[in-house]
Amino acid sequence: MIEWLKQPWPWYIAGPLVGLTVPVLLIFGNKHFGISANLRHACATCFPSDIKFFKYDYRKEFWNLFFVVGAFGGGIIAMWLLADPNPIVVHPALVNELAGYGINDYSSMVPRQLYNWDYLLSAKGLMMMVGGGFLVGFGSRYAGGCTSGHSIMGLSTLQWPSLVATVCFMIGGFLMANLFLPVILG
Amino acid sequence: MNNSAIKQTDFEIRAQDTICINESQLQHKWYHNIKYLIVGILFGIVFVKAEVISWFRIQEMFRLQSFHMYGIIGSAIAVGVLSVWLIRKFNIKTIYGEPITFTPKKFNKGQIYGGLIFGLGWSLTGACPGPLFVQIGTGATVVAVVLLSAIAGTWMYGKLRDNLPH
Repeated sequence: MIEWLKQPWPWYIAGPLVGLTVPVLLIFGNKHFGISANLRHACATCFPSDIKFFKYDYRKEFWNLFFVVGAFGGGIIAMWLLADPNPIVVHPALVNELAGYGINDYSSMVPRQLYNWDYLLSAKGLMMMVGGGFLVGFGSRYAGGCTSGHSIMGLSTLQWPSLVATVCFMIGGFLMANLFLPVILG
Repeated sequence: MNNSAIKQTDFEIRAQDTICINESQLQHKWYHNIKYLIVGILFGIVFVKAEVISWFRIQEMFRLQSFHMYGIIGSAIAVGVLSVWLIRKFNIKTIYGEPITFTPKKFNKGQIYGGLIFGLGWSLTGACPGPLFVQIGTGATVVAVVLLSAIAGTWMYGKLRDNLPH
């Protein structure tokens, strides 16, 4: 059983499990699934700075912080008890492309050659980690949600603004992966 | 702002630019939140085991080299649509007996501009906000910097919000 769980899980197992988060949170307490909101709750809790956007009763949303602390814990548990000893298998064309940028370490969830503390203060490291994170935080709030809030929760409730947001997420992603990232990493 | 002023505008501001809010009117002790911690743990495990939090899988997705991520997102939405439909059809209540409510979201241009900005960041970091927390748990500690930067980005949005096109 444990050996079986250690293998990578197929999409048709994982996807429905992720989807079940929606009804589980609703049934547990009328909570609407969405993770980027926590970034805002962090601002509201720690640095409201007299900005109206951060002046709300964040204690009412602490449930969501429990959720992401859990997700962090899930990452620890999965690596501790269910780690797959084999490196991730990706499409050969991607392996080829990344090899051209000197990325060939597939042992972690993130490319170790880019995501490490030594690399952080290099130009590329700053652009990817600090710049990328900033875009994620700014963009998700500007859009009013991220992949969980719009693409899963919003689409589950058939809200067309969430479809617009999801299409834009994908356009941005395609542009970065195919046009800008080769320049940044090249 | 004093407490009564916060109470008056709380829902309006809390619901601004977000899908995800607590619509429950009930007040509970903090330990009622432990159930969300457990859902979060299971969610984190699924994300690791299905490699959703892998930078490499995100790169594959945006190069159309694999069906994996599309399968996950697609089947998650299918299960979500079906369960929300069932909740509405059978008027299912929460475990506390409260009705489950849905607040429709209005369209604004932020969903386009913000969506594009978010998409660029998602592909660059290989992570949307959920995976950031999980990645740190898997031992990629430097991702904490990405997370802090995302919080800084959110703060900057809050600061500039009234001057941005919506």
